[in-house]
Amino acid sequence: MAPSSPPQDTTSTPPRPQETATSQPPSQSPPAHIHTLTLPHYPTHPIHLALFRSVTNAPTLRSQLLSSNPLFDYAFLDATVLLSPTHLLLAAQLALHAHLTGKGKTRTPHSELVFRLHPNNNIGEAYRKFGMGDESREVLVVKFGGLGEAVAAEWVGKHLGEVVEGESVRMGEDMEEVAMFADVAKVRKIYKLGEGGAKGKGKKGTDVNGDGKARDELKGMESVILGMMALKGS
Amino acid sequence: MAPETIEPTAPPLRAPSPTPTYRPLHALPPPFTSSNLEVLTQGAEALVYRSVFLTPHTPCVVKYRPPKPYRHPVLDRRLTKARLLAEARVLVRCKRDGVDVPRVLGADWEAGWLVLEWVEGRTVRGVLDGWAERGASVEEGVVGLMGRVGRAVGRLHGIGVVHGDLTTSNLMVRQGERKEEGVQGEQSKGRMTTSEMRMLAEDGETPSFPSVEAKRQEQRDELEGDIVLIDFGLASHSTQNLQDEDRAVDLYVLERAFAATHPKAEPLFQKVLSAYGESFKGARAVLKKLEDVRLRGRKRSMLG
Ligand SMILES: Nc1ncnc2c1ncn2[C@@H]1O[C@H](COP(=O)(O)OP(=O)(O)OP(=O)(O)O)[C@@H](O)[C@H]1O
Ligand SMILES: [Mg+2]
Repeated sequence: MAPSSPPQDTTSTPPRPQETATSQPPSQSPPAHIHTLTLPHYPTHPIHLALFRSVTNAPTLRSQLLSSNPLFDYAFLDATVLLSPTHLLLAAQLALHAHLTGKGKTRTPHSELVFRLHPNNNIGEAYRKFGMGDESREVLVVKFGGLGEAVAAEWVGKHLGEVVEGESVRMGEDMEEVAMFADVAKVRKIYKLGEGGAKGKGKKGTDVNGDGKARDELKGMESVILGMMALKGS
Repeated sequence: MAPETIEPTAPPLRAPSPTPTYRPLHALPPPFTSSNLEVLTQGAEALVYRSVFLTPHTPCVVKYRPPKPYRHPVLDRRLTKARLLAEARVLVRCKRDGVDVPRVLGADWEAGWLVLEWVEGRTVRGVLDGWAERGASVEEGVVGLMGRVGRAVGRLHGIGVVHGDLTTSNLMVRQGERKEEGVQGEQSKGRMTTSEMRMLAEDGETPSFPSVEAKRQEQRDELEGDIVLIDFGLASHSTQNLQDEDRAVDLYVLERAFAATHPKAEPLFQKVLSAYGESFKGARAVLKKLEDVRLRGRKRSMLG
C-alpha cells in the first residue's frame, strides 16, 4: 500500500448533496448495494455499509478524501484487513461510542472508525493500514447516520454507485461478505500476533466452512484482536 | 400438565398500585438503559447484567462498577478504572495464551463498564448442585469434570495468572461440544449427545425414547462441557514474581469452596488436585505449598 498522509477531517458542515451535484459524473451507473444496520443500544444511529470488489479508481477516490470534499464524509476501508463482521462491528461501536461521549481522538466518527481499528495511537499509520490505499481493489465504505442531518440509504447507494468504479457486492443479513477478502496473514501482522495459527499466506477470505481447527484458531485470533481494540488507549 | 385456567369474566379487584417507589439503584452509563439489560447478580463490587452487543443475536455480559458515594470521587474513579482495566487486561492475556475465558468485547473505563462474551452454560456451582440433587453418584461425568477443573486452573497458573477469587461460582461449564484435548480415556466417545439422540429419534431411526431418559441425558451432559474461568476482578498476572504461595492460595480457596458448598463433591477434590499436578511444570511444587497453606488456615481457625 502506498504511504499517504491521513485525510484531513471535514470541518464545516457538508453542503447538501444537491448543491454540489454539478461535480458528479453522469449518473447512469446503477446504485450500489447498501446494507444498513443499527448496533444494539444505538437505535437512532443507522450505519450504512457498501462493499466493492475490482475497484479501479481508488486514487481518484482518495484524492477526494484527502481534499476533504464534504461529499466524501465516509470511511473508505481496505477490505483485505477486515477479519470478520465482528471485527468491523466492534470498531464501529467503539467509534460511535467515543464520538457520542465526546471521547473521540479524531474529529468525525468516520476517521474515528479507522483509528479504532488500529492497535496503536498513530492516526497516520491507522489510515495506511486500514484506509483504502491507491492500490486497494476491495473496499468497504462505511457511513454513520443519525448524526445531525438525515442520511438516506438510497442517497448513499446512489452516490457511491456513481463515484466508485467497481463491482458492488450485495451483503446478507449476517454480513459474512465483510470477511470475504480478508488476508489473514496481513491482519495477523498488523496486530503483531506472531506466527502459528491459521495458515494460508496470501489466501483470501476467512473460510467459514473450513475445518474446525482452523476455524477455532481464527476465532481465538479474533478474540485477541477484539480485546486489543477494546482496551486501546487504556 | 396443569389444568387449564379459566379466565374470569372481570379482572379481580385489586388495590390501586401505589406510585412506584422503586428507583434503579444506579443510573446506568450510556449507552445502556434498564430496558436493554437484565440483572444477573448484584455483588458488592459489580453489577452484572445480561444484554446484547454488536448484533441483536450476540448475548453478552455487562459488568458495571458503579461509583461509590462514600469515596472521594477522584480516588473512586481512579480505583474503578484500575480494577476494570486489570480485569480486562488479564482476560485478554488469557485469550492470547489460550486459556478459555470470556472475550472482552468493549469497555469504558471512565464510565466503569466492561462488556464480555456471554458464556452459554452454568457455573460449576450450579452444575454440582444439580448433580447432588440427583443423588451425587460417582459417575464418570463428575470425575471428568473434576479433572477438567484442575487442568483449567493449571493452564491459568501455567501462564502466570493467579485468579484471586477461585470459587465454584467463578468457574463455568460451557454448554455444547467439548474442545479441550484433556487426557486419554476421558473423552466420552461412543456416547451420544442429547441432540444426536433427538435427531435420531426424529428421523425415526430408533424408537423414540422416553423423555425422562432425555432429561437425564441432558443433566449428565451438563457435566461434560469445557471449563471457562470467569470473574477476574481480583486476578493478577506476573511472569517473574508469581509465587507458588499465591497459586497455592488459589487452590486452597477452591478447596474451601468445595467443602462449604459441595460437601458431597469434597472427596472428589483429589481429582482436581491430581489433574492440576500434571498440568504444568511446577504444579507439583504448588501442591506441596498447598499443604503449608492448609496448615496455616487450620491454625488460624483454631485460634480464631
Ligand atoms: N461471561 C459470562 N457468561 C455467562 N454468565 C456470566 C458471565 N460472567 C458472569 N456470569 C454470571 O454472573 C455471575 C457474576 O459474575 P462475576 O462473577 O463476574 O461477578 P461478581 O461475582 O459480582 O464479582 P465478585 O465475585 O468480585 O463479587 C457469575 O457467577 C455467572 O453466573
Ligand atoms: Mg463471581
